[in-house]
Amino acid sequence: MIKKELFYVLIEGGILLDDIALGNNIPFLFAILIPILYKYTKRIHTGWFVLIAPFVLFIYFLSYLPVTSAGDAISQTLNWVPSLGINFNLYVDGLSLLFALLITGIGALVVLYSIFYLSKKTEKLNNFYVYLMLFMGAMLGIVLSDNIIVIYVFWEITSIASSLLISYWFYRKKSTDGAVKSMLITVFGGLSMLGGFSLLYVISGTFSIRELIANADMIATSSLFLPAMLLVLLGAFTKSAQFPFHIWLPDAMEAPTPVSAYLHSATMVKAGIYLVARFTPVFGGAAEWFWIISIVGTVTLFWGSISAVRQKDLKSILAFSTISQLGLIMTLLGLGSAAYYYGNGVEDTLYTTAILAAVFHLINHATFKGSLFMTAGIVDHETGTRDIRKLGGLMTIMPITATVSLIGLASMAGLPPFNGFLSKELFFTGTVNVTSFDFFNLETWGILFPLVAWIASVFTFLYCIILFMKTFTGKFKPENYDGHVHEAPWGMLISPMILGSLVIIFGLFPNLLSSSIIEPAMAAILPEAQGFDVNISHWHGFNTELFMTIGVVVFGVLLYMMMRKWSQTAFYQRERDPFNQLYDHWYDGLIKGSQAVTRIQMTGLLRDYMAYMAIFIVMILGYTMIRYNAFAIDMTNVSEITPYMWLLVIVFTAATIAVPFINNRITAVIVIGVIGFLLALFFVQFRAPDLALTQLLVETVTIVLFMLVFQRLPKLKKEKSRPRFKLINLIISLGVGGVFTTIALSAFAFRNDVNFPSIAEYFIENSKVLGGGYNMVNVILVDFRGLDTMLEILVLAIAALGVYTLIKLRLKGSEDV
Amino acid sequence: METLITILAGVLVTVATYLILSRSLIRVILGTAILSHAAHLLLMTMGGLKQGSVPLLGEDAGSYVDALPQALILTSIVISFAVTALFLVLAYRTYQETGTDNLDELRGFKDE
Repeated sequence: MIKKELFYVLIEGGILLDDIALGNNIPFLFAILIPILYKYTKRIHTGWFVLIAPFVLFIYFLSYLPVTSAGDAISQTLNWVPSLGINFNLYVDGLSLLFALLITGIGALVVLYSIFYLSKKTEKLNNFYVYLMLFMGAMLGIVLSDNIIVIYVFWEITSIASSLLISYWFYRKKSTDGAVKSMLITVFGGLSMLGGFSLLYVISGTFSIRELIANADMIATSSLFLPAMLLVLLGAFTKSAQFPFHIWLPDAMEAPTPVSAYLHSATMVKAGIYLVARFTPVFGGAAEWFWIISIVGTVTLFWGSISAVRQKDLKSILAFSTISQLGLIMTLLGLGSAAYYYGNGVEDTLYTTAILAAVFHLINHATFKGSLFMTAGIVDHETGTRDIRKLGGLMTIMPITATVSLIGLASMAGLPPFNGFLSKELFFTGTVNVTSFDFFNLETWGILFPLVAWIASVFTFLYCIILFMKTFTGKFKPENYDGHVHEAPWGMLISPMILGSLVIIFGLFPNLLSSSIIEPAMAAILPEAQGFDVNISHWHGFNTELFMTIGVVVFGVLLYMMMRKWSQTAFYQRERDPFNQLYDHWYDGLIKGSQAVTRIQMTGLLRDYMAYMAIFIVMILGYTMIRYNAFAIDMTNVSEITPYMWLLVIVFTAATIAVPFINNRITAVIVIGVIGFLLALFFVQFRAPDLALTQLLVETVTIVLFMLVFQRLPKLKKEKSRPRFKLINLIISLGVGGVFTTIALSAFAFRNDVNFPSIAEYFIENSKVLGGGYNMVNVILVDFRGLDTMLEILVLAIAALGVYTLIKLRLKGSEDV
Repeated sequence: METLITILAGVLVTVATYLILSRSLIRVILGTAILSHAAHLLLMTMGGLKQGSVPLLGEDAGSYVDALPQALILTSIVISFAVTALFLVLAYRTYQETGTDNLDELRGFKDE
């Protein structure tokens, strides 16, 4: 077997996991090796080494074709976190293989192209190829994995790798801005998707897509069905640049052109498409799934095509065109999901046409869009500009580039005999079929699908003409370009030429792929309906679709002829997508809003923080008291008050209330002392001799300390505050005091209800017996609860050390401790 | 009597909170001192202020007051003394270095 041999050549003596697992991991291994290769082999362009990985993988994945076209699938498990059910469950079926072939095939061509596109003298090639390999490995991980958590992990790696690649020229502000934008949007979607996956796990108890499909009925009846679906779709829509999350894609065009060709046309943006296709058996059949995907897809298709027309930059046109085409594929997947309406996927050409068109167009789009980006890159590389207002007349100077572009554009516009024509015809068939559906309210609204599709196709045709005519025809103006303009080197032309010839081959022999790739992929999307008989042909007779195509061409040409008129309108002049403003406002608002919140809350004043805490405590405790109606005052168990106590309490209260009014530090110290000594008197009254003794001593020492320190502190000034400030403080203090008192009183009252016996009796009985002492308080302190005392001594020691250090240690500003 | 003492502790807490919310560092320290008094009073009261003998076994009495809250308060007095002492010295040093005891003026360094 070729497969095995190739494998052993590649991994001689290496660590081998298993076939698919290794295939998935080869790009990651390369990502580790590239920096070493780059460092020691400066003379050879690093891309040549990198080329091995996608090329070998492409051939390796080709070897699976017989398996999947026979309707089988290969699965393999590598344990990761078995206790959580998270494992590398790799599963290869028709859909996975289609994507794996796209990723590795176009990956190989893009690496080849990049070898000639990026100079080995001026560019940091190791960074570029490490990111690219990371991306490729992650992308393969997404399409090969059966475990949704593993899919999520790889999904985020593609987001990160994509942002790294967009900001490859990190010294340009636009590049980093674009990277941040794509990161924010795709990671937002990724996280939503993780939420959706978690909900699916909650519903079904499994992370495996196979098992999710098996449990589709259970999921459909769950109350979490809709949230799970919406969250998963958010992930798919953000990644695949669907409306209104499409805004990151045009800004991602700041990446080097090989990246745009690979990530932002052929692979990463199709991850969302893959996700939707993969989850169609799980969610398909629900009206929400059908409508959301179809409408979002159609709006994206429409918006992308009309926005592309007004761009003046080659890559921007292609970016919006990608958005539009992704919308087209998404629409088809939405329409195709109607197959599940009658149980698990009936075989009916009405529905399956849409899925067929989606799969077919997926392949076609990857081929022509890849080649178009590459030719745009060549034009940029050789002329130094991508602005269609400067370009023109390049046909005779770059004949090969012009030819490849023409093929790609004709295919994108949907002209025979190229593959785009076939998929566009199928697309029209799919949308026309919708009009005959009689569920999901389609009797009334179904007609909109072919209508919008047709208008979008006219605009698609229009921007294809603009792209070609403005770039390659017209007058050649040498003053617009820096330096001598000439045809690209052969190496750069190979990849677009291969893709261009694929466009023709798939166009002329469309059934080349049908049994080997398209049918297994369709079977993966509609697993219950087996035995497709795909037969794509150019000629269907005179039917609606043909007239629609003729209409597209006629109107497209007419619109182009009248371009001089409508190009003056404001619509055409405004290039930037209006939804960017929404994003910009959100982005600025987020930063300014959080700054404002921080400014309000983090004032840096102790008083404010204290007030926040006090208010919060009062509110939460007060609320709890009211909520549970916990107010109680119990007088039954209260001891009587002697007249002497009354006197003490009155003096004590008076002294305390006086403190805030004192504006003389000596008086303040004296009053504080009075309060402390009165407290000692209370302790005497409460039969606590040790406490009274300690309180007297401590109070005396504290007063001495106060005196020592106050003599060095400024005079106690009168608080010069506005009355309002004082009033608020007073209210807060009264609140704290009030809540404190209420809780204490209630606690005391409820204590009698519960009537737990005190452990006081234990100490009375055992102080002498176990502790050998008569003073119960002291026995508790040193015998029963000696640990408290030990640590309290430690506290004193630390405080003493702290005081000593504070006074002795003097460091100057720059000195380190 | 418990009700009365509890209300008294409430008054102490109110005054202490008011002092802590003021701008002068000295008043804040006074506030914390009063707050610890309030806590001690509360501890005492919650243990019950029943009339009984002092918790000395030598006393020939029918009942004793609860000894455990007293032990807790004793520990607490010492700790709050330690903290107050440190706090006072800290205030003194702060004033020495910055020349102010007004908390509104203590705003950290500009370059922080």
